[in-house]
Amino acid sequence: MKKYILAVLVDNKPGVLTHVSGLISRRAFNIESISAGYTEDADITRINIEVSVENDRELEQVVNQLGKLIDVIKIVNLGLVDSIVRELVLLKVRASKESLADIRNIVDIFRGKIVDVSPENVVIELTGSQGKIDAICEMLAEFQIIEIARTGAIALSRGPVPVKNM
Amino acid sequence: MQMNGAQAILESLKIENVDLVFGYPGGAVLDLYDAVYKAKFPHILARHEQGAVHAADGYARATGKVGVCFATSGPGATNLITGIATANMDSIPLVCFTGQVTNPLIGKDSFQEADIVGITTPITKHNYLVKKVAELPRVIKEAFFIARTGRPGPVVIDIAKDVFTAMLDFEYPTEVKLRGYKGDFTGDTQQITDVVTALGKAKRPLLFIGGGVTLSNQTELLREIVSSTGVPVVSSLMGLGCIPAKTEGFLGLVGMHGSYAANMAVQKCDLLIGIGVRFDDRVTGKVDAFAPKAKIVHFEVDKAEINKNIFAHYPVIGDLRWSLPIFKEQLQASGRDYCGQFADWHKLVVDMNHQNPFSYTTNSQYIMPQELIDTVSELVDENTIVVTDVGQHQMWAAQFFNSRNPRQFLTSGGLGTMGYGLPAALGAKLGQPTKKVVLFTGDGSIMMNCQEMATAADNDIDIKIVLLHNHVLGMVSQWQRMFYGKRYSQTLLSGKPDYVKLAEAMGLSACRIEKPEVLKPELEKALNSTGPMLIDVMLPGNEDVLPMVAPGAQLDNMVLGGVEG
Repeated sequence: MKKYILAVLVDNKPGVLTHVSGLISRRAFNIESISAGYTEDADITRINIEVSVENDRELEQVVNQLGKLIDVIKIVNLGLVDSIVRELVLLKVRASKESLADIRNIVDIFRGKIVDVSPENVVIELTGSQGKIDAICEMLAEFQIIEIARTGAIALSRGPVPVKNM
Repeated sequence: MQMNGAQAILESLKIENVDLVFGYPGGAVLDLYDAVYKAKFPHILARHEQGAVHAADGYARATGKVGVCFATSGPGATNLITGIATANMDSIPLVCFTGQVTNPLIGKDSFQEADIVGITTPITKHNYLVKKVAELPRVIKEAFFIARTGRPGPVVIDIAKDVFTAMLDFEYPTEVKLRGYKGDFTGDTQQITDVVTALGKAKRPLLFIGGGVTLSNQTELLREIVSSTGVPVVSSLMGLGCIPAKTEGFLGLVGMHGSYAANMAVQKCDLLIGIGVRFDDRVTGKVDAFAPKAKIVHFEVDKAEINKNIFAHYPVIGDLRWSLPIFKEQLQASGRDYCGQFADWHKLVVDMNHQNPFSYTTNSQYIMPQELIDTVSELVDENTIVVTDVGQHQMWAAQFFNSRNPRQFLTSGGLGTMGYGLPAALGAKLGQPTKKVVLFTGDGSIMMNCQEMATAADNDIDIKIVLLHNHVLGMVSQWQRMFYGKRYSQTLLSGKPDYVKLAEAMGLSACRIEKPEVLKPELEKALNSTGPMLIDVMLPGNEDVLPMVAPGAQLDNMVLGGVEG
């Protein structure tokens, strides 16, 4: 399986997410993550979809089927161009006076931040690749991870050209 | 001009040249129906919303125009689902208006509320929920544009009840502005040139045509290409009629119940030229063994169809209205004698077809189903529209009815919807009132929308219902006979509805034909009578549709039948 991040520009209208997510499920495409948000154009929403595909033909199907949706304006596969991929994670980890220093060390090594603290826990914010996030989760497992919230991957291409002009 | 939302819908329909709507009223569309009443807008009341949507579909298939239907919220709208899915699978342009509960009640599980945009998303080309009256003209304009352009399909417009009564200053947009859809599907001419080059090198080319040829109205051009190149032709169920069935070099239906010659030609050809087809599994059989010696050409408007089921060595992505004229021009410009080049191959497959035609054994006691189709085919004129339901009778109609024109053979191909036939036949007759309309149906299918006999009677819609009455759910029982050890689970219709009485009770005339010796004269009398009529033809229940390629088998692995050639 190969993973790609698709930047999907869509009309900022009600029902669009239903159309996109409905298509993914009925065509039985495998997606790792999906996230959506406003863009520099008020009437365009950007949906970031990370797909897993067996081969190029399956990838072609995903892009062409998504492209058929009337409210999809443009699709660019950022996996095929030089791009920066990030994911944000928030981690709630069990902590005590004794373990706090160890946890802080690990967070520093991963260039994360402790954004909330209580006598029993900390909340850690970390941005990075999926590999990095998986690695910190592994390191923090011994302290007990209480809860994880991840955004899924988003990506931007390198250089000045935005997806809408690609 | 000031008017309310309901009036604006009817005004928009007039501008879109809609001359007939099919529908069924209800609470959420009371205001729309009030506007229909006041404007005397032409409307046919079906007896079930499914009947209305299939009728709109039959109307669209027979005329090439966009079919329109109305239904109320909740159950009214959910009753449209099968019809919308049917149209979607066969790329039929429809615009379906459904009422929704009033804006403040949306999302509250209100009386007769259902999320129709959510439910219809997988089975429409596009859909809308209109919550503000100001959006109506734009949405309707877009809906018709989307439904009829490119690869056509159904569009649903769900409208909150209060939108029908809200006032607006009506102005219909003159153009459509959609950033993600242009409706103009021209492509890369080089792709066509590559096909011409490939054809120049081919020894055994074969055209495989489908519904796209009819939808794009390119039949004439296709016929010119066929006659000028001498390339033999096979057809999907949806492509029947594009090449007249008796044309030499036309091998007929291909696939699961295709002709021997059509299926063998696919397996032997070295260049398979698909035009307006989607390589459905009922055509391809085992995908890996489909056309094993051939390079595949795929003329197709929908990019997502390319390489979906079958890999295309030569894709030609674009509307057939764009690609076929260029293809024909380039073929002519090449100056090649294609007919000479393919003469041996043409003769080989034509001989194969003559030696192995669709056939059956007549019986002095029983009317054979194929004989019935043959006889109807003989008795009706070349402009007669044939509509089918789904099952064995549908396949026999595809094999034995002599289709000579596009939009002549109307059938639910992709979804295989039992109950499609009767309402679709009504829609077809209303769309083409000067043509005779014959419905072939079975004693399974007819019961699925038999309430529409009342629609036919009340509106005096002159269709002839030919009921292939064999007391079984024939196609399923055939599979049970072939693959399930003759265990006829729930397929024997031993019940006793008297279809003649049923039809008469609904207000139709009706007759029954039981003996082969009277088949032709009685049929002739019935088909030439005036007014809607049901012809109940008694048939044996154990006849198989043959040839047959078992599901998942390769095309040259056929169970043959009938008379040895």
